[in-house]
Amino acid sequence: MPLVKVDGVEIEVPQGATVLQACELAGKEIPRFCYHERLSIAGNCRMCLVEVKPGPPKPQASCALPAADKQEIFTNSPMVKNAREGIMEFLLINHPLDCPICDQGGECDLQDQSVAYGRGHSRYDENKRAVTEKYMGPIVKTVMTRCIQCTRCIRFAEEVSGVEEIGAIFRGEDMQITSYLENAVKSELSGNVVDLCPVGALTSKPYAFEARPWELRKTLTIDVMDAVGTNIRLDSRGRQVLRCVPRINEDVNEEWATDKTRHAIDGLVRRRLDKPYVRVNGKLQPATWDEAFAAIKAVDAGSSVAAVAGDLVDCETMYAAKALLAKMGSTMLEGRQTGMAYDASNIAAVNFNTTIAGTERADAILLVGTNLRWEAPLVNTRVRKAIKKGAKVFAIGPETELTYKVEWLGDDLALLGNLPDAVTEAFGKAERPMVIVGGAALKGGHGAALKLVDTLGLVKDGWNGFNVVHMAASRMGGLMLGYAQTGGIADVMGAKLGFFLGADEVDFSQFAGFKVFVGHHGDKGAAAADVILPGVTYAEKSGTWVNLEGRVQRGERAVFAPGDARDDWSIFRALSDTLGHTLPFDSFEGLREEMFAAVPALRHQALATFEWNPPSLGGAGEGVLAGYPIKDFYLTNAICRASPTMQRCSAELLHGEDFAEAAE
Amino acid sequence: MAEAPKIPDEAETRARWGSFAWTDENQVKANEILGRYPKGREQSASIPFLDLAQRQVGAETQTQGWLPVPVIEFVARQIGVPYMRVYEVVTFYTMFNLAPVGRYHVQVCGTTPCMLRGSDDVLAACKNRGLVKGGTTPDGMFTLTEVECLGTCANAPMVQINDDNFEDLDYDKTTEILEALASGGTPTPGPQFGRRASCPEGGPTSLKAMVDANHDYRGEWA
Repeated sequence: MPLVKVDGVEIEVPQGATVLQACELAGKEIPRFCYHERLSIAGNCRMCLVEVKPGPPKPQASCALPAADKQEIFTNSPMVKNAREGIMEFLLINHPLDCPICDQGGECDLQDQSVAYGRGHSRYDENKRAVTEKYMGPIVKTVMTRCIQCTRCIRFAEEVSGVEEIGAIFRGEDMQITSYLENAVKSELSGNVVDLCPVGALTSKPYAFEARPWELRKTLTIDVMDAVGTNIRLDSRGRQVLRCVPRINEDVNEEWATDKTRHAIDGLVRRRLDKPYVRVNGKLQPATWDEAFAAIKAVDAGSSVAAVAGDLVDCETMYAAKALLAKMGSTMLEGRQTGMAYDASNIAAVNFNTTIAGTERADAILLVGTNLRWEAPLVNTRVRKAIKKGAKVFAIGPETELTYKVEWLGDDLALLGNLPDAVTEAFGKAERPMVIVGGAALKGGHGAALKLVDTLGLVKDGWNGFNVVHMAASRMGGLMLGYAQTGGIADVMGAKLGFFLGADEVDFSQFAGFKVFVGHHGDKGAAAADVILPGVTYAEKSGTWVNLEGRVQRGERAVFAPGDARDDWSIFRALSDTLGHTLPFDSFEGLREEMFAAVPALRHQALATFEWNPPSLGGAGEGVLAGYPIKDFYLTNAICRASPTMQRCSAELLHGEDFAEAAE
Repeated sequence: MAEAPKIPDEAETRARWGSFAWTDENQVKANEILGRYPKGREQSASIPFLDLAQRQVGAETQTQGWLPVPVIEFVARQIGVPYMRVYEVVTFYTMFNLAPVGRYHVQVCGTTPCMLRGSDDVLAACKNRGLVKGGTTPDGMFTLTEVECLGTCANAPMVQINDDNFEDLDYDKTTEILEALASGGTPTPGPQFGRRASCPEGGPTSLKAMVDANHDYRGEWA
């Protein structure tokens, strides 16, 4: 391990560390634009210059220089100060002075670093260069004159998202960053280049001119658009969420978020249910809470009552509904709205056991009926990382573009019992083999996939390579709370009274009883309901969510709900009074304590451990996979269906409608 | 101002070049080029393939050739890399033409040594012959571009016309070459006043004894 001296302080750094990393370990701040921890090193902005001895008598780009033993590094010598001022002056030569109208203002690396390391004035009085705007799709707005050509966006597109549609054309002073032929970038991760851009060249199109960073209240919470549980920060002003950005969590989302996570938020203020409704003579009429509750009481369902959890709800809501049902004498709980009925008796058998971060370490991966790119995009990026380290990937299912090279075996689940030699050979050699089963295969292939645990040796000391990918943020929490019937949702369809917790994907024609919809968006569930009780979205409540690997995470309330809408748990508490089955908790904390007592694993914000005790399911894998469960990545739940940005993404990126801006 | 890229990606370009494929002859060459690189490194063939494609387009259109977008995409598919990566290469190198050019692509060097030796006269000759910088003559014969140093400074001023360099030019010689080309002739490339390569003008000025036979100078050293 090299021993280096940074500004006179000796420090030992890991083998292979760069000089920049050594400086950071020593607590020195090194300004940079092109260097990014998660991308390859480019070394083209030159902002990170430091003085290094021994070495040539000139400043060195620290991001691209390996730290060597007995190196002396100076980060605040006159040479370094001069070099930084010079680089900054050059960068600013062609950078417009349009900070007052730039969306990056206030959170701009160039702004901050020119204050800290710049000269304060420019000696350049020629004309500045100007570059035309480039079209990059519905998410990314471009003002390319501001670009300092750090190439972070190009490296992100190539290395992380795997959609190589961003590049640099022409050269020298004429170099311009653009998407291929200025087509929309067809990546579900394109929003991340906005965060990566150190200047205001790539900014968020839906958020353009909305707010300044210092006006926003920042709330830390958890995303519910998929089951990955992306850690996010909601930036709100007044009662509206204006922006969603990812937080760093190495175990879950690193520092990325999908476009759906970022931009479905404009659906939070559209199509909202803000007062109770009761169906009168076949038509939904606005009502008071009392009238709505009275209508539910009038059903007099006895113990014939069911609760169906939607994809977005938190554990607290599900627990409140479960507690009410328990009081009424029912356990008809179900969360798998579309009719899935896989065996959930052992949660480990339907869990992502390898963990999201662990996926990177796998050396042989078999995807069974999963379009990972849409079902869990941030797990897909981990698979890409695993491939970079040499993993081999096979897949069973209809061929689709996953952004990496996959050996497609076919779309017949019978293959599970009869894997081609190439697969068994690769898995035989693998130290950390991994099988990822998607929703499409769970129906006919769960048992056969579990048999692979033995035949392919997936479970060994310190490694569990059996994984199931869920698509709903509520799924794992629901399974832990018992929202699963042996026969799936069919088992609860006979109830006289049904509570639908934001459940929009249910086939309501099969449910003959009285339908109570507790949710936040006027979507399919509300349209079919007999009574609507307006609830809140993930942005408007604190809650607990469990992601697909069983990680318990909590989010905070960012804004207040519109109109008469109430926290879901308090709706059940109030309703329980009317129904004469008063619930024992009066506060959110009280509810949580009860929930923790019932399911202790939910108490700690950590990876829940499930005992590996898979059920022995028969069946050798049947059926040909016709497709994947997600038909439209951008329109998977009520919030994104209400979001204009997501609607446009769907129309433009998936259905090929032409929105290219007219030439100015 | 950096010019907005003009991408001829119109429907007619797609229609004209969408079915581009190697000719039998070029397929042989392409296989040979691809064979030079190890498996998995097909991207290395980007530049030779683009050059071959540009020449094939040239042969088909009776010009120096250019690279329509469908042809770029064809090359990218041939070597299995994303379109953007090949497109970047095409835009980086000025030898690849992004727009149609004429039968002869006249590239006049205007960098310092050529300028000092009279490249202004060369440009004037082109201008008087009807060539416009950055444009093609109406008869489709000539496209004129002013370029930076082409590495023939010892024989300045010079022009590069398609694959040939014409050196040691002045106004009259330039006009002569252009006329010859326009009338279908093939002017001799290289220095235009009779010297060989970059030998001194008017015969050798030093090492004169070496002209006819090898001569040992060592005895004459002081």
